[in-house]
Amino acid sequence: MGEGQRINLQGNHACALGAIAAGCRFYAGYPITPSSDVAERMALELPKVGGVFIQMEDEIASMGAIIGASMGGAKVMTATSGPGFSLKQENLGYACMVEVPCVIVDVMRGGPSTGMPTRPAQGDIMQARWGTHGDHPIVVLAPSSVSEAFSETIRAFNIAETLRTPVVLLYDEVVGHLVETVQVPDPGSIARAERKWATGPREAFQPYAATDDDIPAMARPGDGYRCHATGLTHGERGLPTQNPAEVERAMQRLLGKLERHRDVIDRFETFAAEDAEILVVAIGITARAAKRAVAEARRQGIAAGLFRPVTLWPFPEQPFHALAEQAKAILVPEMNAGQLSLEIERLSGRPAKVARINRLSGEPIEPAEILKIIEELARHGR
Amino acid sequence: MAAEGIDEFDIRDYLRTELMPHFMCPGCGHGIALRALLWAVHEERIAKDRLAIVTGIGCSGRVGGYIDANTFHVTHGRPLTFATGLALARPDLEVVVITGDGDCLAIGGNHLIHACRRNLRMTCLMLNNEIYGMTGGQVSPTTSEARLTTTTPYGNAEPTFDACGLATAAGAGLVGRGMTLQTVALKNLIREALAYRGFSFVEILSDCTEIFGRKNDLGSSPEMILRQKGSMRPDFYGNTVEHPFRPNNLTTGIIARNERPEYGDTYRSEVLAPHGHGGAAAGVSAPVE
Repeated sequence: MGEGQRINLQGNHACALGAIAAGCRFYAGYPITPSSDVAERMALELPKVGGVFIQMEDEIASMGAIIGASMGGAKVMTATSGPGFSLKQENLGYACMVEVPCVIVDVMRGGPSTGMPTRPAQGDIMQARWGTHGDHPIVVLAPSSVSEAFSETIRAFNIAETLRTPVVLLYDEVVGHLVETVQVPDPGSIARAERKWATGPREAFQPYAATDDDIPAMARPGDGYRCHATGLTHGERGLPTQNPAEVERAMQRLLGKLERHRDVIDRFETFAAEDAEILVVAIGITARAAKRAVAEARRQGIAAGLFRPVTLWPFPEQPFHALAEQAKAILVPEMNAGQLSLEIERLSGRPAKVARINRLSGEPIEPAEILKIIEELARHGR
Repeated sequence: MAAEGIDEFDIRDYLRTELMPHFMCPGCGHGIALRALLWAVHEERIAKDRLAIVTGIGCSGRVGGYIDANTFHVTHGRPLTFATGLALARPDLEVVVITGDGDCLAIGGNHLIHACRRNLRMTCLMLNNEIYGMTGGQVSPTTSEARLTTTTPYGNAEPTFDACGLATAAGAGLVGRGMTLQTVALKNLIREALAYRGFSFVEILSDCTEIFGRKNDLGSSPEMILRQKGSMRPDFYGNTVEHPFRPNNLTTGIIARNERPEYGDTYRSEVLAPHGHGGAAAGVSAPVE
């Protein structure tokens, strides 16, 4: 990244500017707190770069519109919060099945239902992974700062376009409304991934061919391929099938393709984790509090460390395993009733050593609260 | 007879013939509607490469897959939303939505209202067969009063939905109704819809013989088609609850014109142009490497 400029930005605005920088040229959305700033900024910025902004009649329609625009060849995004994210799940599943690149931002607020619209939460961790029905591949990124709201949005687009998959950008209301100084790089210095488009003769082209990298080229309407896209289970020709062998092959490729491209997907941050006996695992604003608690614990001589999955789903299992192995105790603070901790218990191999801090009050978790539990774990073990 | 200066229409030029035989029931009207669409496409000289068909779920949704064009079979009730994104991103495409009475008026009703209001250039063909055929014959918003369906085993107690009235009230640029009985008139109506610069809505009366007709003793497919101009269609504008089987006075052809700016044109001239963008065919598609 080049020189760029330093500017003060709100998380939601950083997300919008990251999208523009990544090449997003179509946004469809519906107003919802605390994500509306993303839409407002996109409405302001997109016309400046020749892009299209549209406010649709509901969340379902905005998800449909971005998929339609993406199938037309545009880089696309929508943003929402819990109640809207629920409504988007139907068409999100279509995007997974048809393999349509798109970015969906979920700024998490208190739930369930209408919950607490202006209060932060992290209750959509499992919905982001399993919100739509059926087995499906999905990538979920979890920025924890305004800088990351910018840079992870760019990465979300690059993953979506490279792997032909929907990518969810998942962050809590605090990150969304936090104002921080961001180093915004020059547009020219930002690496943008482009979709693999169909080339070559029409007769030889199969829209869902099992290619070497499991990522089929996409046929753009108007380019002469005249392909069929359907949410019905489809074979390599893109046509509906219920042939058991063909279905099995198609679904195995679909579900396996992300696993094959972990190098593009995985990202995590560690802090003082190499020799950590007490490993804290957290995302979003909670990870910021955890980092401070870990630093304070280290000053006290406690061997604490932090593991922060920046890519939340698929979870960066390999790097986590080694750290989890050596840790005597693992602490998972999160603003929900215990969603991330379920996954951490599973991956740790020893659920008994995983301790939790759960917050449902709509208040962020303070560093001191995390430090207190770290100290207890250091004294008494787990 | 081919129209002047146009080659003879051969439907096979526009079909994925390798998918034949199709899976529609014997007597289904949807094939007639499909033929009328492709005939209109031919006479409007729309290149297949530029034709984008977006369909929802149900029998109507499966019609698109047989067309040799860019075809998108999307989620139930949502084809207008996908088409909105596609048409805005790619104004160079000819976007046609094929939907059904359940897809368009029940689960997709809100999208229809706003597509009419917005007036973005596309053509919406609603195949009205009065029934959820694909799922086995449940009542739909357009099922006539007193009709028997699997979910109205004692007769339909709900009044029917006037789709054209809704589209007109919501501001659709062009609203029309055709029927599979009059194929040439239907083709000509679809031609007008395709040529219209704005949102055009065409309701097509298309019979379901197997699922709906059989259950209601409506006779064979020819009998059902003839009934389209007979007395068995309810009067959508009258008191249909008290007189469910009054003589039909449904209007066909162009029902409403509501001339106003096309949404894409307005967006390009009012929003994009001041920023130095938005030529006539400006799309937002990334270039092919």
